[in-house]
Amino acid sequence: MGLTDLLFLALSAVAIVSGWRVFATDSMVRASFLLLLSFVAVGLIIVMLAAPYIGVATVFMMAVEMMVMALFMVMFMMNPAGLNPMMMVHQHRFSIAAGVLAFAGLTAAILFTSFPENSVDPSTPVVHDLGIELLGPSMLIFETAGVTLLATMIGSVILSSRSGRFGLADQGSKPPGLEPDGEPAGRQPEQGGGGHHHHH
Amino acid sequence: MTLATVLIVAAALIGIGLYGALSQQSFVMLMMGLELMLNGGLLAVIGLWANTMGGAPEGQLLAIIIMAVMAVDMAIGFALVTAVYRKRQADVTESLTTMKH
Repeated sequence: MGLTDLLFLALSAVAIVSGWRVFATDSMVRASFLLLLSFVAVGLIIVMLAAPYIGVATVFMMAVEMMVMALFMVMFMMNPAGLNPMMMVHQHRFSIAAGVLAFAGLTAAILFTSFPENSVDPSTPVVHDLGIELLGPSMLIFETAGVTLLATMIGSVILSSRSGRFGLADQGSKPPGLEPDGEPAGRQPEQGGGGHHHHH
Repeated sequence: MTLATVLIVAAALIGIGLYGALSQQSFVMLMMGLELMLNGGLLAVIGLWANTMGGAPEGQLLAIIIMAVMAVDMAIGFALVTAVYRKRQADVTESLTTMKH
């Protein structure tokens, strides 16, 4: 067993154990940092698998993403600072069974499949090849991902902003009545428009 | 570090993620389960790319697409959580029994 194998074993153990602890810790902020640890371990395994660009990009992206996630965790935290035990689960047995079944099924598929053996040559300039691929034959796919991210930005702003900074879109634009002083034609704006405030 | 061991680690991550996504009540914890499953998928794609594709760059492109999916999932997920919380003060899945207002 060489150094590579030992390193791989250690990193996989970190990835799996911290991935499991995400759902076993009491503090949701700690959970997001454990998820970050799992992602970093996977990123390092990816670097070991001759894909340095993807591995390092995963680490960087997840470092930033988990910081954002930690902020959201604070916003939606159930259990401040993780001082009390927290176990907020439903259909627990079913979920454990589904997880174990997925693992067992995938493992069986892995063990009973004969994969073609065609390892990447260590002298291949993989990052260079990726760059040529991204800005060459697969440029349309790459740009589609970019447009998807733009749509995501617009969608998340629309979803998370308070709707109608200036009231509802049709506020103050009642159509004229069908007959003098009659009901306005067309769709009625909802009563008391300007957003719905529910305080419970 | 053989292809089978890498894929088994990926399968373990997917299994844990599936458990989390199905069992957690809090929306944000549920999304961590989804992220963990994508994490396993990313590892599996790169493992297959490194061992069976001989370094063809399309495999790395697929990994980049998975990373874009992760970003979209997080952004839209958090926006939806914020929208639902603003409308209904709900932050656990049990509070949502209908998709209408």
